[in-house]
Amino acid sequence: MANQQVNRDFLFRRLHSLLGVVPITLFLFIHLTMNAFATKGADAFNAKAQTLESMPFLPVIEWVFIFLPLLYHGIYGMYVAYTSGYNGSKYSWGRNVMFTLQRVSGVVTFIFILYHLWTAKVLPDGPSFDMVQQILSNPLQYAFMIIGTVCAVFHLANGLWGFLIHWGVTVGPRAQRVSAYVLMLLFVVLSGVGVSALVAFHG
Amino acid sequence: MSQKEIHVIIERQDRQDAQPYTEEFRIPYRPNMNVIACLMEIQRNPRNSSGKDVAPVAWESNCLEEICGACMMVINGKPRQACSALVDQLEQPIRLKPARTFPVVRDLVIDRSRMFKALQRVKAWVPIDGTYDLGAGPRMAERDRQWAYELSKCFTCGACVEACPNVNERTKFIGPFAISQVRLFNTHPTGEMHKEDRFEALMGEGGIHECGNSQNCVQVCPKGIPLTTSIAAMNRAVNRHALSSWLKR
Ligand code: HEM
Repeated sequence: MANQQVNRDFLFRRLHSLLGVVPITLFLFIHLTMNAFATKGADAFNAKAQTLESMPFLPVIEWVFIFLPLLYHGIYGMYVAYTSGYNGSKYSWGRNVMFTLQRVSGVVTFIFILYHLWTAKVLPDGPSFDMVQQILSNPLQYAFMIIGTVCAVFHLANGLWGFLIHWGVTVGPRAQRVSAYVLMLLFVVLSGVGVSALVAFHG
Repeated sequence: MSQKEIHVIIERQDRQDAQPYTEEFRIPYRPNMNVIACLMEIQRNPRNSSGKDVAPVAWESNCLEEICGACMMVINGKPRQACSALVDQLEQPIRLKPARTFPVVRDLVIDRSRMFKALQRVKAWVPIDGTYDLGAGPRMAERDRQWAYELSKCFTCGACVEACPNVNERTKFIGPFAISQVRLFNTHPTGEMHKEDRFEALMGEGGIHECGNSQNCVQVCPKGIPLTTSIAAMNRAVNRHALSSWLKR
């Protein structure tokens, strides 16, 4: 039936929304917090990295809770970014600009994640303070890591704002305004956490 | 000051499949004119600013008091009603364009059939026909009536559809107004008896999931309808319906 086909769009879109939060947002929280141990020195970071690396069933956890959800959210997100219209230059109201930025930051994050996986996961064996320092010694890569991190965190914070509406949590205009302020605060704080780690790695 | 003029630049189109072109007009100023009055003046004296006689500009309007929705067009970049666009409050030159999200029939006249089809899809009415007298329906709480009345002010002008970035050739999004109408008719005590049908429609092709929260709709709505509140409320209701109907299967 035609209706079945159609209902699929709804489910795909809601799944995209849900996976953006559970587990991807949760993962990014953990990832950036763990990285921030770099601010306490190479030994502190390497110890944390060791703990994570020695987790049982690590490949299963990585694939089920990180790679597959991210692959789905990322590819479907590219499709959403493609089907969206962009009229921010015509209608420059704040929310419409954020709508555009959500999609732009998603695309930048997509490219960033591919680069990041390649340089920090595929090429080297095992995470270590020195390995990251090595990558960041190149000024271009250092800059891109900072831009990518800030973009991802913006996408997360503004994404949560949209998530709260897509699931009918913040319904009225006042609730949506307050959630925007709180989440922009989260953007600033979490960006700080992420960038502080990069600065520490860079030395 | 009797020589004062109004400078109007209009994006015109002779037929549905013709190329658009712009034409400029200079209209004698009178106090308290609205954009419709300018268009009527052009109709009376259809001569463009270079003095050439041209076909009069076509547009649609009915009520002239912002309750029918027919005269929505893009005025100085924003979709709005031409009747309530007062010349004294507009920057000149006044730029008029048809709302191109819709097929343009001629000049400023657009074809809003897609909105009517969307209302049909979501069953935006209260079914009361039967083979016998069904009697009086249940009453509506005054508290609900008050806000539902605001939603009922929608006159399908299409400003929200025009401003929405997610209404475009790559999506089938039905538009913000239709989602708000579902909320209206699902709040009505008799309309509520068919609420599942409307939820299903919002889950269908081009349904509520196409909304990306740009919130342009609520900015341009001439009636100040809380469209984004309706969308969020319907998001909650539709998700709940989707989950509970799946669990009942
Ligand atoms: C660090 C990785 C990412 C995180 C934490 C993340 C998180 C989120 C969250 C929480 C949402 C809100 C869901 C909603 O609107 O209901 C969202 C939406 C979105 N994401 Fe991501 N995302 C990530 C990566 C990506 C990537 C790689 C893309 C690819 C382009 C992408 C594209 C999008 C788009 C287009 C939306 C808007 C969906 C809509 O408004 O309907 N995201 N994301």
